[in-house]
Amino acid sequence: MPLLDLQNVSFVNDGKAILRNVSFVVEAGDFISIVGPSGSGKSTLLRLCSHLISPTGGNIFYKGVNMNEYIPTDLRKSIAYCSQSPYLFGNNVKENLDFPFSVRKMPFNEGRVKELFSLFNIPFTFLTADVQNLSGGEKQRISLVRTLLFLPEVLLLDEITSALDAENTRMVENAVSSLNNEGITVLWITHDPEKSQKYANKIITVEAGKINSLEVLK
Amino acid sequence: MNGSIAIDNTSLLIASSLVLVSLYLSYSQKLGIEKETLVSVARAIIQLVIVGYILEYIFGLESSLFTTLLLLFMAFNAAYNASKRGKGIQKILTISFGAIATGTVLTLSVLVFSGTIAYEPYQIIPVSGMIISNSMVALGVCYKQMLSDFKSKREEVETKLSLGADILPSSIGIIRDAIRTGMIPTIDSARTLGIVSLPGMMTGLILAGISPIEAIKYQIMVTFMLLSTTSISSYVACYLSYRSFFNTRKQLVSIKLKQDNI
Repeated sequence: MPLLDLQNVSFVNDGKAILRNVSFVVEAGDFISIVGPSGSGKSTLLRLCSHLISPTGGNIFYKGVNMNEYIPTDLRKSIAYCSQSPYLFGNNVKENLDFPFSVRKMPFNEGRVKELFSLFNIPFTFLTADVQNLSGGEKQRISLVRTLLFLPEVLLLDEITSALDAENTRMVENAVSSLNNEGITVLWITHDPEKSQKYANKIITVEAGKINSLEVLK
Repeated sequence: MNGSIAIDNTSLLIASSLVLVSLYLSYSQKLGIEKETLVSVARAIIQLVIVGYILEYIFGLESSLFTTLLLLFMAFNAAYNASKRGKGIQKILTISFGAIATGTVLTLSVLVFSGTIAYEPYQIIPVSGMIISNSMVALGVCYKQMLSDFKSKREEVETKLSLGADILPSSIGIIRDAIRTGMIPTIDSARTLGIVSLPGMMTGLILAGISPIEAIKYQIMVTFMLLSTTSISSYVACYLSYRSFFNTRKQLVSIKLKQDNI
């Protein structure tokens, strides 16, 4: 049974068709790169998979069950989504990292934060940093840490390396690749066709709201 | 000035010449608001005369049932006006009425049971008028703030939702912000009482010949009750209306801001 199954998914917003009859399946352990020009509907596709929006046509099944049958909050804990423009709320980094724990009514786990900070090369002193003083790249990495404090089954990443320099991009790619090796399914929107081939086992090309091609690499 | 302040009609007529000052300024400065000024003055006179006669009649009735019905009517009108500021929010009229009624009933209960005022028309109606109109203003401000925040803080709400949070923790910052904004005018006016303004009720009592020391006691009571009622009404309204910004799948929906909301 596929982990995610999109059947004839369409999404219309304000009378404008963003996605039209999109169908594909995601198997457990897949690393799928989603490529395509700006405005083609890639981000909408990930937002649909994260259940932040629902299709206006067609259905999305998660583990064989229609997404609408799940409790939305449970679904979003299993399918994590990291947006293109990372948003850090509150005043400091700790407030952001405490949020996933408070959502699960669990105490803040400093050990887990340290583990992820070292994985993404973030000094631990950043924990008390003011979010306003962070660079775009730092915000992006903190936002990834926030998403990964509790490991999801599916990780949806929307151009998360766009604000990173070459070294940090490599580090994030390696970290995501190792999470995939541990069994986490990854759907990653990227603008870089070369990189998309390096880690992915499938490449989906989206154009004008439709899937143009689905290439299986490995 | 003696103890009684009954104004005779001649005095009132002479006082009406003050309107001419406003009209002259408008005319000489080409403000173009002479017609509006005259209409407003005419409306104020007609409305107040009607209200005066109605109140005289109701006070004479001394009927608790009629007083309660009048309070309900006032609360409904206030709810209707406040709800105009929250167009797009589902069941906004019901929410507004519930919020105003809760704030009014709780505040009046404390005042009546503590013996501060009696459930008599001549006491309950003016006091309720102050309570209800303050709630109405607070609610209007709350709705405006909520509509604007749910639009400008969309990313924050969706980020929290995507981290697995329910709709309440995802919107709690917006809810608190709206309640705070609704209460600020009342808090600000309480802070400047006696320094910037001698409020209407206190001024009225002093004019009626009551000693300023007695008058401030009433004003202190009014300050307490307005703080209580705006906080209760804003709290109830915000906690009931935030759900309108989400659908059953706990997804943030867009509420189109209408011109009246801005």
